[in-house]
Amino acid sequence: MDNIRTLIVDDSSVMRKIVERSLRQAGLGIAEVIEASNGAEALAAVQNHKVDLILCDINMPVMDGLEFVKELAQVESAKGVPVVMITTEGSEGHVVQALSAGARGYIRKPFTPEQVKEHVLPVLAGNV
Amino acid sequence: MNAARTSLSSSAARECWLPTLQLAMQEVFELMLGCKLETPAEPPSEEGLDITSMVGLAGQLCGILSVRCSAKSAAQMASRMLGIDAEKAGPEMWDAVGEICNMVAGNFKNKISGLGDGCMLSVPTVITGGDYNVHSMVNDNLHAVLLFAGEPVVISLEVHS
Repeated sequence: MDNIRTLIVDDSSVMRKIVERSLRQAGLGIAEVIEASNGAEALAAVQNHKVDLILCDINMPVMDGLEFVKELAQVESAKGVPVVMITTEGSEGHVVQALSAGARGYIRKPFTPEQVKEHVLPVLAGNV
Repeated sequence: MNAARTSLSSSAARECWLPTLQLAMQEVFELMLGCKLETPAEPPSEEGLDITSMVGLAGQLCGILSVRCSAKSAAQMASRMLGIDAEKAGPEMWDAVGEICNMVAGNFKNKISGLGDGCMLSVPTVITGGDYNVHSMVNDNLHAVLLFAGEPVVISLEVHS
């Protein structure tokens, strides 16, 4: 797995940078990172850029992460792109909601780079 | 991170909330900032803690969780989270404190049995300056001071119901 183009969606620019750093520290072959601060921006981004992986927060203004995942399913060019939720909303109900909406993984904040690797690697390998 | 799961159901159980809140805060600092918070031997002065981040809780638990610190501490937090010099931390410091508050709130509610799905969090709001009062219908107020790099950081949970 090399040259992974990743879209990071979070309303916090600090958190987007932390997620990017964690991905790079995990040695996941991240080549390019595109950032979006909410689900609506992320939808526009996937229509303008080819991405291989999306990491997405849930609680965001304008369009939240769950709505984004549902809308993403309608975007032809983004079909099959795996989404991993990365959020403070860590309850079982939220996990079920996210996975039902189409997310392939779920990381709870706070997290370590190792946890990011542990959750993202199988998703990239197509094992989830 | 579920070691301190406590219950929402009884008021007696709420006595466990303060240590749970402190634990939630300590875990966020350890995992995201790579540092341990210390408990002060004596209550430190809360003067000059001019940055306040607030996250609202709604649902089975209504209230406000806040984290208060000095601008110097906020810059240090941004520095540790982003790997930048504290002197170069600009608006990132507010974002950093807001995210810390958000993660503490999420981590705290995930430790309270039955609360995870029944309580929603707002996005964080950050206030700068110390000359303000918060007026809310508070039934209970949990308050703790921990030391981050020797400087006080105040965490409060004002419970409305």
